[in-house]
Amino acid sequence: MANSTTDKKVAQAESISMMAVLAPAIGWLIPGAGHMIQKRWMRGLLLFLSIMSLFLLGLAMQGRIYKANGGDILDILGFVGDIGAGGLYILTSANDWGQGAIAFATADYGTKFMIVAGLLNFIAVADAYHIAIGKKR
Amino acid sequence: MTITLNHFSAAVVFALCASIVFGITHRDTTREMVRYGLYCFAMFLGGVFVAGWAMWLLRR
Repeated sequence: MANSTTDKKVAQAESISMMAVLAPAIGWLIPGAGHMIQKRWMRGLLLFLSIMSLFLLGLAMQGRIYKANGGDILDILGFVGDIGAGGLYILTSANDWGQGAIAFATADYGTKFMIVAGLLNFIAVADAYHIAIGKKR
Repeated sequence: MTITLNHFSAAVVFALCASIVFGITHRDTTREMVRYGLYCFAMFLGGVFVAGWAMWLLRR
């Protein structure tokens, strides 16, 4: 009896620790997916749509994505924001999208949209982690 | 494909997306999430109008 209870607790703890790693990682790669794999479907979908819209609109507005080796401190900060978008950033970099020169105001808005999308995804990742460890419902 | 948004529509899109994420991530229950999301959206848009009028006054 005691062994069975202990086994259940161990299995539950392992499942929580597994999810605490998996949910943020998947949530970083695909915005909102960290919530979806924890069966928070509606929250995950809304996060996905919001972050995805912001990032894709930024790209469509000819925004620029920052590279890791920008040199300038502001470029590095921009990169930190952009990298938060995870899979979107990887896809964009791999296809050489978002390389236009910022020649007009809309393109500058687009650049900021993509940075904010990444930063919002960082918040969503932290939220997925809190759900995984049971700190939030 | 290129999309051109004016300053106000860019601010509205930004406010909408950020408010949804803030609402979901900063509150626990669905009701609180909706209320906080709407509050953030109103604050973002209110800030746009306040800043707009402040700049208009400064230009005078």
